[in-house]
Amino acid sequence: MSFDAERIRRDFPVLQQSVHGKPLAFLDTAASAQKPQCVIDAVSEMYSRDYANVHRGVYELSLRATRALDDARERIARFLGAADPREIVFVRNATEAINLVARSLGDSRFGPGDEIVLSEMEHHSNIVPWQMLCERRGCVLRVAPIDDRGALRLDAFEALLSPRTRLVALSHVSNVLGTVNPIDRIVALCRARGALLCVDGAQAAPHLPVDVQSLGCDFYALSGHKLYGPSGIGVLWARAELLESMPPFLGGGGMIASVHFEKTTYAGIPARFEAGTPDIAGAVGLGAAVAYVERIGMDAVARHEHALGEYAAQALANVPGLRVFGTAPGKAAVYSFELEGVHPHDVGTILDAEGVAVRAGHHCAQPLMERFGVPAMVRASLALYNTRADVDALVRGLARVREVFA
Amino acid sequence: MSELRELYQSVILDHNRSPRNRGEPDGANRRAEGHNPLCGDHVIVSARVSGDRIEAVGFDGRGCAISTASASLMTEAVRGRSQAEVKQLFEDFRRLVTSGETRPACSLGKLEVFAGVHEFPLRVKCATLCWHALRAALEGGESVSTE
Repeated sequence: MSFDAERIRRDFPVLQQSVHGKPLAFLDTAASAQKPQCVIDAVSEMYSRDYANVHRGVYELSLRATRALDDARERIARFLGAADPREIVFVRNATEAINLVARSLGDSRFGPGDEIVLSEMEHHSNIVPWQMLCERRGCVLRVAPIDDRGALRLDAFEALLSPRTRLVALSHVSNVLGTVNPIDRIVALCRARGALLCVDGAQAAPHLPVDVQSLGCDFYALSGHKLYGPSGIGVLWARAELLESMPPFLGGGGMIASVHFEKTTYAGIPARFEAGTPDIAGAVGLGAAVAYVERIGMDAVARHEHALGEYAAQALANVPGLRVFGTAPGKAAVYSFELEGVHPHDVGTILDAEGVAVRAGHHCAQPLMERFGVPAMVRASLALYNTRADVDALVRGLARVREVFA
Repeated sequence: MSELRELYQSVILDHNRSPRNRGEPDGANRRAEGHNPLCGDHVIVSARVSGDRIEAVGFDGRGCAISTASASLMTEAVRGRSQAEVKQLFEDFRRLVTSGETRPACSLGKLEVFAGVHEFPLRVKCATLCWHALRAALEGGESVSTE
């Protein structure tokens, strides 16, 4: 089946509208993806037909809700190539997944002088939890540099690894530069030194086929809302034996085996890490989103976005005074740029008037802004529902920015 | 499109291109910074105050056209005024950029070019950042944030 972006576009009700009298060109999927009708329906049906709290309910509705949650977990496990659905921990988002690792693993195993390595291109969500861990435990943060194209400098990264390196935290795909990090090579370097690898997959899972076992990392974090699912649901994956060796993150209902004032014992995985009533409808919605992208095929999604990305790169290269940040080979379809003499916020406002939705700001990556010496960037990010017409609207909008600021 | 023209008036574009009163005025004795964590914009406002009178104001930092022009026009608008007058001016300016309206019989002079900002709620903070910083400077603060 050939990839038909126009047909896919019709699956997304929000894209069928005009904004300021212009057809909406939505180019901000890296911040959050729009939702196909099947995801909206799955959430709506959960609430209108099958909703009750999960686990231990002995009645029909609770059974249905529990089954729907389990089905979603199994589907997501298969989607990510996990060996076992118990390796899928439902969290709120990638941020919470990373915080879970920093709290549970970091607090229980890392101590003064232990080192955590991350990169200059990280999102704040993959910086701040580790800084907080360092403050709590006296660990040391080391930052691997990137080159001017936005690629990780592997030689410098390797030189940062030491016998004290306990964990490497790295994005799979950069939310600003689109750089795809070579996880296989990073894994080999980490293994050689006995360090664990925690991958922030928030920007990768919606755009590339991901198989956590063949990647070989230890943790993989993602956000459902960037994967065409609801906001408020995310996933932490880790191998079962690693999760089993970790203490709980939050305490409460659902994560216990038995509770007595003298002693409480904890549930097995993944329940141990899922205290409290989970986002049941969110998880079901994410399961539907995964089913949706599986029907299209992640290989086909990646091919479409790559081809459209090449088209966008070429179109942006022809815009006078425009500088793209992030030109690493094989990058994902994320284009952050500046337009000479015009602040990104002004670019964003004028593009909005043209119906083009982009993000302008520091993209939760202030150290990366400093690296490139700019306070902010404009970012256009592509997804499976984008077409050349969206890119053309962006280029027309940029010409309009030039007119206003002539 | 007319809303866009209303926002980016020629006076605003001119003050963005050639901001007035860049830097610190001679003998400055008040200073504060303003941050907009949303976009990373940053402004430093400094002033020379004698008694109750604001004798000179300057600014520095990086921001969008709206925030740069607003700071530039503010430095001109407040020179020679009393602290109470500046406070009233900020209130009137804030009303203008949030509602597009002014108090009856109140003239904001050149600052009225910012009336178009009210059509763009996300940009109100761009226009008011420098005013928050000025108020902090006059009240003896050091740093303000729009959040």
